[in-house]
Amino acid sequence: MNELPILSILILLPIVGIFFMTLIRNNNDQSSNNLKHTALWISFLNFLISLYLLFSFNQQDADFQFEERYFWIEYGISYHLGVDGISILFIVLTTMLVPICILASYDSIKFSVKEYLIAFLALETFMIGVFCSLDLVLFYLFFEGGLIPMFLIIGIWGGERRVYSTFKFFLYTLAGSVFMLLAIIYIFITAGTTDVSYLLDYNFTRNEQIVLWLAFFASFMVKIPMWPFHTWLPDAHVEAPTAGSVILAGVLLKMAGYGFIRFSIGFFPEASELFAPLIFVLSIVAIIVTSLIALVQEDMKKLIAYSSVAHMGFVTLGIFTFTVQGIEGSVIQMISHGIVSAALFLCVGVVYDRLHTREISRYGGLVSKMPMYAFTFMIFILASLGLPGTSGFVGEFLVLLSIFSINTYFAVFATTGVVLAATYSLWLYRRMIFGALIKDDLSEMLDLTRREIIIFVPLITLTIFIGIYPKPVIDIIEPSAKKIVSQVNGKLN
Amino acid sequence: MENILHIIPEIFIFCSALILLILGLFIKNIKLINNLAILSLLIAVALVINQPYQSIYLNSYVIDEFSSLFKIMIFIGSIVTLVMFVSSREDLHINLYEFPILILFSTLGMMVMVSANDLLAMFIGLELQSLSLYVLAALNRNSLLSSEAGIKYFILGALSSGLLLFGISYIYGFSGNTNFNLIAVNYNSESLGLLIGIVFVLAGLAFKVSAVPFHMWTPDVYQGAPTPITAFFALAPKIAAMGLLVRFLFNSFGELYLDWQQIIFFISIASMMLAAFAAIAQTNIKRLMAYSSIGHIGYALIGVACVSSEGLRSLLIYLMIYLVMNISVFTVILSLKRNDAYFENISDLSGMYKNHPFTTILVALMMFSLAGIPPLAGFFGKFYIFVAALESNMVFLAVIGIIASVISAFYYLRIVKIMYFDEPKEEFDGVNIRSLQVLFYPSSFLVILFFIYPAPIIQLSEYAIKSFY
Repeated sequence: MNELPILSILILLPIVGIFFMTLIRNNNDQSSNNLKHTALWISFLNFLISLYLLFSFNQQDADFQFEERYFWIEYGISYHLGVDGISILFIVLTTMLVPICILASYDSIKFSVKEYLIAFLALETFMIGVFCSLDLVLFYLFFEGGLIPMFLIIGIWGGERRVYSTFKFFLYTLAGSVFMLLAIIYIFITAGTTDVSYLLDYNFTRNEQIVLWLAFFASFMVKIPMWPFHTWLPDAHVEAPTAGSVILAGVLLKMAGYGFIRFSIGFFPEASELFAPLIFVLSIVAIIVTSLIALVQEDMKKLIAYSSVAHMGFVTLGIFTFTVQGIEGSVIQMISHGIVSAALFLCVGVVYDRLHTREISRYGGLVSKMPMYAFTFMIFILASLGLPGTSGFVGEFLVLLSIFSINTYFAVFATTGVVLAATYSLWLYRRMIFGALIKDDLSEMLDLTRREIIIFVPLITLTIFIGIYPKPVIDIIEPSAKKIVSQVNGKLN
Repeated sequence: MENILHIIPEIFIFCSALILLILGLFIKNIKLINNLAILSLLIAVALVINQPYQSIYLNSYVIDEFSSLFKIMIFIGSIVTLVMFVSSREDLHINLYEFPILILFSTLGMMVMVSANDLLAMFIGLELQSLSLYVLAALNRNSLLSSEAGIKYFILGALSSGLLLFGISYIYGFSGNTNFNLIAVNYNSESLGLLIGIVFVLAGLAFKVSAVPFHMWTPDVYQGAPTPITAFFALAPKIAAMGLLVRFLFNSFGELYLDWQQIIFFISIASMMLAAFAAIAQTNIKRLMAYSSIGHIGYALIGVACVSSEGLRSLLIYLMIYLVMNISVFTVILSLKRNDAYFENISDLSGMYKNHPFTTILVALMMFSLAGIPPLAGFFGKFYIFVAALESNMVFLAVIGIIASVISAFYYLRIVKIMYFDEPKEEFDGVNIRSLQVLFYPSSFLVILFFIYPAPIIQLSEYAIKSFY
């Protein structure tokens, strides 16, 4: 294909943006506004390019498309990019969330604006790179590289305990990932290459698969995160600035889910089958335990963070059923969670910017002062608990359907998670929005500004659109999901 | 006459050192002497590149791809040190014309080290290098710490030379030869003396590369010595000693690797782990860099312990990247100056990014690189080390290596934390001297942008190990 190297453009555009931004001096309000606009336009342009990618994507083709391959390090490790029906959605999700995040930080970031925006654009490069790379070393490069800007975003612009949280975040994920690095090196040595499309057809022996699967699992389990290694997530979320939380929940967690689909079950089907019960048990424990923990949280962000862990439990459940529905459900659940949890964190950010507290008990009766906010928040709370007609429902439904076809008991336990999700979500909503407006400082609260409305409108639209008419999304995922499932079944038989 | 032409770079460095020594008596312009020394090192680079590869003087001196690459790395280290000297000589009270000359002599010793293929040539090179370094470490006569560093380094260095000589005498006694290629010819299972010899020689060399358990001098000497000399310690002698270690082990005992592999194995693990834990508690940035260098030597030794072409290749990649990263970090350490006074406490860096945003992000990235976080150059160094380790089935070593790298990430992150997350202190000078900028920016960008096209470095190191495999 001699087309435009569109994936490289997507990856490099934020870097170009960073280059221009380093040239802008940041010494007064005007210049810091210029910086914000530059970053916003760069990321919005990237979003438009990714839309072009989405529309020129051939939905019938299950293979990797827009492939680019150049000599990079040595024979076997190349700069190889490409997307299929699964990764393309994550790319669009990423490019959509980054401008929203930048827009959301317009007022909340008060100092070092330039560094903040540069960190964000660098993060975008790494995130897009993760989803495009078809080479394990390249993947690892992007996967780990994203830690650097995120470490700085939480550490510099975070809350009070930001140092503790960011160290925990960094060291947890690093400790998990280094085992994946060893596994990648082992693959490089035995298979002679780290090229993903080659490795998908490569057969590892059963023992190799088990060890390698565990090494990859160590990394993805921490990143997604699965119970009991989820404890870094609430800390990181609570201390991160709003936009940092949005990206963390919206995209960073999905890297691990994507990794499970692409690598764990793609390369090591036998080991995946062997360990599937383990995943099911861990996921169900995660769904139930973290939902219960979410019930007792006093901090809004912590509550949403724990609910993220529960939602990710559904994702892992779906992936390891090895059914087309399961994988489709997981991907939709991830996309939906990427939109909904991102929006929920933005909702928290809205009230946090006004009152500078995330304590749930400090709020109450907001509906009378902020009707538009109450409406927005309601939509996302309902989507989060999986109400039919919202995107949350589609994913959860497909996952539950697939798990029912595997094992009824697992399905029953998983379904209780849905009930618990409704409990903590609605209770959060009741405590914050309903009730009497008795606290004095709340009566000064202003409703959504125009900028905030602009942020929420696309998210609401997407949530409802996917909820009512998920077919376009499923059409994109289906060929690739089918191909993965048939590959796995082919290797297993 | 033709014989002498084979070692023209060495002779050139020697002559220029002597000429500068005499010139220095009459010309009081230290900067000029220093610049002439830099010039002669640059000429020596050109001479080394154009040298024909051969083994000379009854095979006791080898000029091959390997030695040439090491010599160029050593020249880079020496040139960097001399450039650093220009900017700091007055403030550090080391404004003596002997400085560039001692560096030249030390460089000459290191050139002999990496080319030596004979126990005696090796010893001569080592001693020439060490004697210059003892003096350099104590160059600031007014400073107690510097004198202490010099004395400490001298006493421990003399001890290690003693061990080395002792080992050499055993090897000579049991094999009847001093040439690397001939030592092990008559080796058999009864040659216990030879084995003792190897152990003692390795102990002496481990001291020079500062591997645990012979590392004790490193933190004190790093801290006490004037910063340009600390940088020199980190850049050149360790690399040279590593080259010597490789040639000694691979040329003489390459086929008998089972006998020494476990020694390297042990000192590698010990270095990585000790450095990872000991560095956490450091408050002085030079001490921290000392432990960091111990840790990095531990990683580099994995490459030696693999005894394979991949191992050597990864060692060379690692050393090259290590050299560049250290240049960048030490130029920053040298520019930590507030009101004309240098400071070395890590806590003095706090909030540095407020006043020096651009420098700080580069330093932070250097720290991430030292910790081995992709996509920076340090990651590729570790990546190839682990490739070599797994290829030689040394899974244990690789696992220890990655655990140590996670632990050591903590103390590198601590510096980033102090620079970014803590409250700013008053402003300091920063990298504002032209001569330091010339070092700082290229080396930093090299580390950061290395990932774009790493292939040349990898091919270069493959080329350089041709004489071994």
